[in-house]
Amino acid sequence: MHPAFSVIFLTTLIGVGQGLFLALYTGQLYALANLLPAQSSNFYAVGSMVSLVLLFAGLIASFFHLGHPERAWRAATQWRTSWLSREVLALPAAMGLIFLYGTVHFFDLTKPLFVISGTLPVDFSLIIGGLGTLAVFGLFLCTAMIYASLRFIKAWYSPLTVANFLFLGIGSGFMLAAAFSAYQGTSLVSFYGTWAVIATLFGLLTRVATLYRNSQFRCKVDLKSAVGVHHSQLEQKAQGFMGGSFNTREFFHGRSHGLLNLIRYAFLLMVFAVPVILILLAYALESETLPLLAFGIQYLGLILERYHFFTEAQHPQNLYYQSMA
Amino acid sequence: MTQLALVIDLNVCVGCHACVTSCKEWNTSGWAGPLTDQRPYDADPTGVFFNRVQTYEAGVFPNTETYHFPKSCLHCEDPPCVPVCPTGASYKREDNGVVLVDYDKCIGCKYCSWACPYGVREFDEQQKVMKKCTLCIDRITDMSLPESERKPACVLACPTRARIYGDIHDPDSDVSVAIREQGGYPLQPEWGTKPSNHYLPRRKTRIQIHEDELVRVDNPLKKEELPTLPEAGETLDDVAW
Ligand code: SF4
Ligand code: SF4
Repeated sequence: MHPAFSVIFLTTLIGVGQGLFLALYTGQLYALANLLPAQSSNFYAVGSMVSLVLLFAGLIASFFHLGHPERAWRAATQWRTSWLSREVLALPAAMGLIFLYGTVHFFDLTKPLFVISGTLPVDFSLIIGGLGTLAVFGLFLCTAMIYASLRFIKAWYSPLTVANFLFLGIGSGFMLAAAFSAYQGTSLVSFYGTWAVIATLFGLLTRVATLYRNSQFRCKVDLKSAVGVHHSQLEQKAQGFMGGSFNTREFFHGRSHGLLNLIRYAFLLMVFAVPVILILLAYALESETLPLLAFGIQYLGLILERYHFFTEAQHPQNLYYQSMA
Repeated sequence: MTQLALVIDLNVCVGCHACVTSCKEWNTSGWAGPLTDQRPYDADPTGVFFNRVQTYEAGVFPNTETYHFPKSCLHCEDPPCVPVCPTGASYKREDNGVVLVDYDKCIGCKYCSWACPYGVREFDEQQKVMKKCTLCIDRITDMSLPESERKPACVLACPTRARIYGDIHDPDSDVSVAIREQGGYPLQPEWGTKPSNHYLPRRKTRIQIHEDELVRVDNPLKKEELPTLPEAGETLDDVAW
């Protein structure tokens, strides 16, 4: 498939934003259980703000993919059958809840509403954060299922696609949380850094498994079935036109094998190896800038990763556009 | 239930592209139009077509067969392009099974084209919506036309009658009979999309004729040329029944 940058930015940006929100809420839960020092309300409010900005940037990027962005509201109507429609609902839902979460913290509306069994004080932020977490996981699922539900595109048609979106989103989000807390000078850097490394390593596992899977399979259909002529020597002589068409532009990446190999090695280094090493270094040197660098490199790597994700997909329609005499 | 469809006979298609041009002409000026072009008279022209004729060659020279292969939306009975559409712009008509796009609802996200394994949906770069074969819905439902003209433009244009149009759910229609009796097949049946359009394969009709079936051995007019018959009296041919 031809990689569209609008979709590359959409999926990577909202992935980071969702991961960052999960990081904030996890931090709050740990603090509630007295496993971590409690943070100022400002930390959560600004963190939610950053997460919201990322999700919003993703939303803006997605509009560049549409031919008629002014009709985008219609895309919310077919949620019964379309994962794309479900994503269109889940994204604003997650954004709304993250906004509320940040607002509640900003205005310090964190008086306990009630206390469960004498130990667990429940306030607005806990409830909204819980709902937000659900929405964020729902959004991860919807985004990934847009690709994983297309049964003709075998490179995507796998639970691994969902796992990749999930782990890479959470990994990069926690990485940003580590960078953010280093920047704010809080003591959560190693906590977020540890989880970022764990999620990134899970992502490494599923992403490499995907690469391996995609290097192994063959498409279920071939030219014989596509044309219905079951001859052992069948060759295309004409495509029905001399110039290009939507079919030759949208479904071919047109990149050389060498370049794609380079991109693959680059993203494996930039998404997985380098950030993990940098975070470990940051821990050893107690550096404040290295986590930020780790996140920056990982995000650039994610753009390459998503680019490669699109080029990996072989659409069966390409069978009809193999050669011109 | 009616399911309108085309049956395309690869045995007679000569690859003249008459269906392509008549489709473009009818649909660019009709309900589904315009089908816009970019750089039509320049280098690298491109544009929207509902129907394209490709050419394939089977075998090794000089023993080859050329297949001209018209390709348009197959109006699948279980169309994977319809449920993925987030806006409901893509739909399948209940009454006749034709798969259509509502250009006023389409947001141009192109997701449906990813979900069609046949590559027959084409994005209009100028109008920014998805387009595809409508089976000339504005002709075939137009009751003011005489019945003989209530057919897709491509079917009427085809000089070799390689395109048959009708209801594949009616077992007595031309299309059903052709599919049943001439070995009609769908494309990429592995996916379970149940394409309504079918293709008829190459068919060679040969009969075995032996020499002695052509020449009457005891033809009296050719008596000299033929080997003399053994003196065995009358043959069956000489008997007047
Ligand atoms: S051929 Fe493609 S566009 Fe047409 S109905 Fe089938 S899946 Fe949809
Ligand atoms: S391009 Fe139009 S018809 Fe296709 S899925 Fe998107 S909104 Fe639906």
